[in-house]
Amino acid sequence: MKIHEYQAAEFFKKFNIPALDGAVATEVSAAAKIAEKIGYPVVLKSQVLVGGRGKAGGIKVVKDQAELTKNFEQIRKLNIKGYRVEKIFVVKAIDIKKEFYAAITIDPSHNDIVLIGSSAGGIDIEETAQKNPKAIQKLYLKGNRSLDPKTIGPFLKKVFPDAASQKIGFDIFQNMLALFCQYDCSLVEINPLVVDKKGKWCAADAKVNFDDNALFRHEDVVAMQDLKYEDPDEMEAKKAGLSFVKLDGNIGCIVNGAGLAMATLDVIKVLGGNPANFLDVGGSSNPEKVLSALKIILRNKNVKSILINIFGGITRCDDIANGIIAAIGQIKILTPLVVRLTGTNEKEAKEILKKNNITTYPSMREAVEKAIKLVK
Amino acid sequence: MSVLIDQNTKVLVQGITGRDGSFHAQKMQEYGTKVVAGVTPGKGGQDVNGIPVFNSVAEAREKTKANTAVIYVPAKFAKDAMLEDIKAGIELVVCITEGIPVLDMVEVEKVLQKSKTRLIGPNCPGLISPGKSKVGIMPGHIHKPGSIGVVSRSGTLTYEVVYNLTLKDMGQSTCVGIGGDSIIGMRFVDVLELFVKDKDTKGIVIVGEIGGEDEQAAAEFIKKNCKKPVVGFIAGKSAPAGKRMGHAGAIISSGFSTAEAKIEVLRSAGVAIVDLPDEIPAVLAKKVR
Repeated sequence: MKIHEYQAAEFFKKFNIPALDGAVATEVSAAAKIAEKIGYPVVLKSQVLVGGRGKAGGIKVVKDQAELTKNFEQIRKLNIKGYRVEKIFVVKAIDIKKEFYAAITIDPSHNDIVLIGSSAGGIDIEETAQKNPKAIQKLYLKGNRSLDPKTIGPFLKKVFPDAASQKIGFDIFQNMLALFCQYDCSLVEINPLVVDKKGKWCAADAKVNFDDNALFRHEDVVAMQDLKYEDPDEMEAKKAGLSFVKLDGNIGCIVNGAGLAMATLDVIKVLGGNPANFLDVGGSSNPEKVLSALKIILRNKNVKSILINIFGGITRCDDIANGIIAAIGQIKILTPLVVRLTGTNEKEAKEILKKNNITTYPSMREAVEKAIKLVK
Repeated sequence: MSVLIDQNTKVLVQGITGRDGSFHAQKMQEYGTKVVAGVTPGKGGQDVNGIPVFNSVAEAREKTKANTAVIYVPAKFAKDAMLEDIKAGIELVVCITEGIPVLDMVEVEKVLQKSKTRLIGPNCPGLISPGKSKVGIMPGHIHKPGSIGVVSRSGTLTYEVVYNLTLKDMGQSTCVGIGGDSIIGMRFVDVLELFVKDKDTKGIVIVGEIGGEDEQAAAEFIKKNCKKPVVGFIAGKSAPAGKRMGHAGAIISSGFSTAEAKIEVLRSAGVAIVDLPDEIPAVLAKKVR
């Protein structure tokens, strides 16, 4: 789960990481008051959960109230990758002397937490990582949740130029790590971490992402979620225990298991069709899930056939069959259904469907071919 | 022969009194697995389908000599279940549970690395040595004893692949679902190593998917160490591009997470990659004598 920059900055303050001075505003009058309080020049930063806001004109430095008013309204009108700007973070402008990069994340290939630091922070950090990997320092924590004095020293020396800045870097990384572990983050990132001409340090941007699997122990984080960024169909699917992603084709798909669901999309494409969605009904076999899945898929008017591909393991085929029958009884389905069921309780499932005049196909290939034929 | 489990494997089931645990304990018994114990704290002394339930793994291990544990407990208790197994000296832990917090797994990995325990999963279907033992949730009847080793990151897609093998009379030595999470116990390379050593495994099927970089490591291993024929399928060629995570994700990844990159690196290691899962048996049959 992602949160906005201003929310991440609040976390930074809570964990004694030097954050930007400022506040968030939705109205120009409120923005002016914030600017007055912190003093011009200020930076107006659009709060959107997508990248590339700077290039889209979503970040502006203003030196007085007239400029603030003009730019605030302009930013509010922006559409950044499909999202309108509702909130603007008003912060004190910094006279930047040098930019660093600091991040903590999980590196799955090491099964470990990794600290990443660079003295070459800023928007080109990814390019730097590719072209000059030596400019990027990494430190693995070897399963620990605290900094080891033996390894952190050499790491900091390669990132920060002198003893004083290394001391500050230590505090920043230590506090970032406390935030990371305490809140089950998947990412805490400062880019850039800046020092101004007076020698004051500040996180000029703040990014904090959370591990979805751990949200059950962080109700306060869940409450911060900006639902505007969630697709309504995907949200509804999530509530029903389904995993759904809309695509641009015309064959609706209901599959159990993410791997088989992805493979089903691949097979549809290889055989000349175009899937309308990814939908994984998950591991348990609740007939209600089939009903929810069909409802969500039928809302997409592009869908001309629906392929149900189930390989029963923990999911029982007869539960899926009962779900299909229940759905047909409750909602009008004019779109043709193509059903393939194999695995646990397959025989019972086929009998249930046969009684209701629904044909089943023995293999994934035959079912996919039929579903494609129906849309041609 | 088979790898990791066989007819002598003694299994204890954690979470045996729960809905999934009791259902699959019974399914494993029906398949012929020696399910010797169940563990649910506070429910020691009961029994489930004739399987004695103990309060702790240590007690169950002492009384029944169980050497393998399978975990069906909810995500929030899974870390403690795994740590308890490692502490009790269980040789093989299979964690079926999905949705475990990543930092919990980092903690488990730290302890695991200093132990002799092997972990499969989490978020996996488990493993089966057909005709001998199944430890997990896969439907037993689609498998058939034989000489093909299957290793996969998926659950149901593995069933699909195995089903196609069995239809073409190509039995399996052992099928291992290593799990779909980012932090897991045994990875492709660990299982491939066992298949290479197992003299009764004549051919190998590897089923990968987009995300992570395990297929790259697998390719390097196969190139260097594996003379047995390997056929592969990578799921997710047509999946929408994943959502980005700041810059850190791009910095730590070396660009091998797409289906195309995985296919290329595996092909260059001599693995035959197929477009459709049902093409695996024919391609493998040509390579295995």
